[in-house]
Amino acid sequence: MRTVQASEIIEAVATMAVHSNRILPNDIRQRFDECAAKETSDAAKEIFRQLKENYELAEETGLPLCQDTGLAVLFVELGEDVKVEGMNIREAINEGVRKGYEEGYLRKSACDPLTRANTKDNTPAIIHFDIVPGDKIKISFMAKGGGSENMSRVTMLAPAQGWEGIKKFVLNRVAEAGPNPCPPTIVGIGIGGTFELAPILAKKALLRKLDDTNPDEKLAAMEDELLTEINKLGIGPMGLGGATTTLAVKIRMHPCHIASLPLAVNIQCHSARHEEVEI
Amino acid sequence: MAEYNLTTPLTDDDIVKLKAGDVVKLTGTIYTARDAAHKRLCDLLDKGEDLPFDLKGAVVYYVGPSPAPPGRPIGAAGPTTSYRMDSYAPRLHSLGLKASIGKGKRNDAVKQALIDHKAVYFGATGGAGALLSKCISAAKVIAFDELGPEAIRELTVESFPLLVINDAHGGELYAQPDRQAVGLE
Repeated sequence: MRTVQASEIIEAVATMAVHSNRILPNDIRQRFDECAAKETSDAAKEIFRQLKENYELAEETGLPLCQDTGLAVLFVELGEDVKVEGMNIREAINEGVRKGYEEGYLRKSACDPLTRANTKDNTPAIIHFDIVPGDKIKISFMAKGGGSENMSRVTMLAPAQGWEGIKKFVLNRVAEAGPNPCPPTIVGIGIGGTFELAPILAKKALLRKLDDTNPDEKLAAMEDELLTEINKLGIGPMGLGGATTTLAVKIRMHPCHIASLPLAVNIQCHSARHEEVEI
Repeated sequence: MAEYNLTTPLTDDDIVKLKAGDVVKLTGTIYTARDAAHKRLCDLLDKGEDLPFDLKGAVVYYVGPSPAPPGRPIGAAGPTTSYRMDSYAPRLHSLGLKASIGKGKRNDAVKQALIDHKAVYFGATGGAGALLSKCISAAKVIAFDELGPEAIRELTVESFPLLVINDAHGGELYAQPDRQAVGLE
């Protein structure tokens, strides 16, 4: 049994919170360039120019890319042969979030859902644990903003609706959301599982690099088809019209009940801030 | 598409010349207010009490900035999604509010209020919080400090870059999704 100190987890989480909120990942920067080159309208080109200037400024000044530095969402793959010493792992992660959001001058957005009183330290974080073989701990951090999260939806389709039903629901959702979730977006889709698993699949899908290819050929083709269709909607950057409504579509699937076809659409704004670390 | 330099407070003359798609560089004083602050403002109005700032000619920015690091007046400060303020906006426009700044669609009641009270809805680029912060030279909390990021702040802005999304003549800039192109209609 390997032992990891809680302090190591605290530091790793705090560092990811600060760094990911300031530095836009390269795969997204690259996709901005590719998509900007396809735009013909002045408004769409201007939005891409501003997004580029914004990530350059954030890197230079240390300001966050966006004032909405998100709720901290973490996916943890916890090796079954590793033990955390000094603190419960959940508490260590929350401590890392507290530290990162305070020291990095990041906005604390967590509040009581009814009284709306701010918890003042951006905790509790949303943490999903998976137990995996081995003696490592992999932690993926995501700063998930409220504006795009609000545009996300889950539904329970009838099995007969199949791929056509899935496509129609996703296209309708993106059309209805329009300019609200800060397009160009990334669309995470969870297909199957149960009512609660589908959105987790959709959110996990958003952890993938924009330039990767789904290892499942069928899903890869579905991602391509949906991306093309969504961009035909013409909503464009910031809803001002154009060729890029969405930068990428990412799908995760899981077997489901014979009676069900759960579907979740988790919309991510262009400021897709996430990082991972292996301890 | 025209470009205007405007200074707060805004007048009817400033507003009526603006058309959806125009670019505006705004200079002067604007006030931050988002979800919880709007609720508080309307509670004050219900009780017949004064608001923390004068609505006449005012511009409200829907933003919850990130904390100011040392040596800066404010942190990142891009717009939040506006529809959540739709239930409050017509009332504020009827009392003199001339413009709001946010991102995303407004409902029909807000669009009608813009026409009825000579006001506009400006869009700023969502997620460009570091970039927009550059145009803010001073910031101070003037009400509801306990709301943290949602407190009302008085901001001094210089050439703050805006797009007219909904004008006072019923015009709108946002693209309508082409549902036919994807077989939804």
